[in-house]
Amino acid sequence: MSASLINKNVNDWLNDHGDYLYRFALARLRDPHQAEDAVQETMLAAIKSDNFEGDSSARTWLTGILKHKIIDLQRKQIREQPLSDLIDLDASDTSLDDFFDKSGHWLDKPQTLDMPENALEQKQFLSILSGCMDKLPAKLAAIFMMRDVHEVDNENICKELDITATNAWVMLYRARMGLRKCLEMNWIVG
Amino acid sequence: MKLMLTCKQASQLISQSLDEPLSWSDRMKLKFHLFICNACTRFNQQLRLIKNAVLRIKSETENNASVQLSLEAKAKINQAIKSNQ
Repeated sequence: MSASLINKNVNDWLNDHGDYLYRFALARLRDPHQAEDAVQETMLAAIKSDNFEGDSSARTWLTGILKHKIIDLQRKQIREQPLSDLIDLDASDTSLDDFFDKSGHWLDKPQTLDMPENALEQKQFLSILSGCMDKLPAKLAAIFMMRDVHEVDNENICKELDITATNAWVMLYRARMGLRKCLEMNWIVG
Repeated sequence: MKLMLTCKQASQLISQSLDEPLSWSDRMKLKFHLFICNACTRFNQQLRLIKNAVLRIKSETENNASVQLSLEAKAKINQAIKSNQ
């Protein structure tokens, strides 16, 4: 496809796919400004790219670019934290013991948590969970979003973040421990 | 690791199992632990509930047509496109 034809389409792309791409990004980054940045970066990369295949839809192609831009932003979010924070996250980190006594038993036994059946309560449940995600430390939130929301596999998380598999699973473990504790504290078990 | 897992070890394996397949021996130890431990069984259910629920939050945002780029954001992106063309 010639460069001029691509340029001609760019304005249509923002009109036709901008909101879709924004929702896609917001669902994975949870921050409106970051999601806007991701869409903008995607558009700019699309202009410069010459590998648009006419046989894939523009939306599919743009979404492919956006996925990488989202990971770039998440990586930045995690890297911007002081390195010492990452080093603290090895398996001997004592804060993992907060939930357990010395012999490895639960200090507070996990409670039953179920997805409520009625729609209104489901909405409340999901909104409490959203609030809990926003309360996680930024670095843990970013790796959790990358893994459980953006569904990047562990191998690629380690590659993207340049961390060991142990670091990755300790961070994910801490994020999930934090979320379940927050849910237990904020969701009234019926 | 001994044959019997502590709850702490079991909880770590449960989280890990969401990310990668466990080794055969870890899987067996965890299965046995869950068979006798209600607290870890509930923890396992909690993590699976959270995993599914965050995916629902994701798809609700993706499918919410009222979530749109603001006019300001669109103008800003258009501006950036123009200066890069």
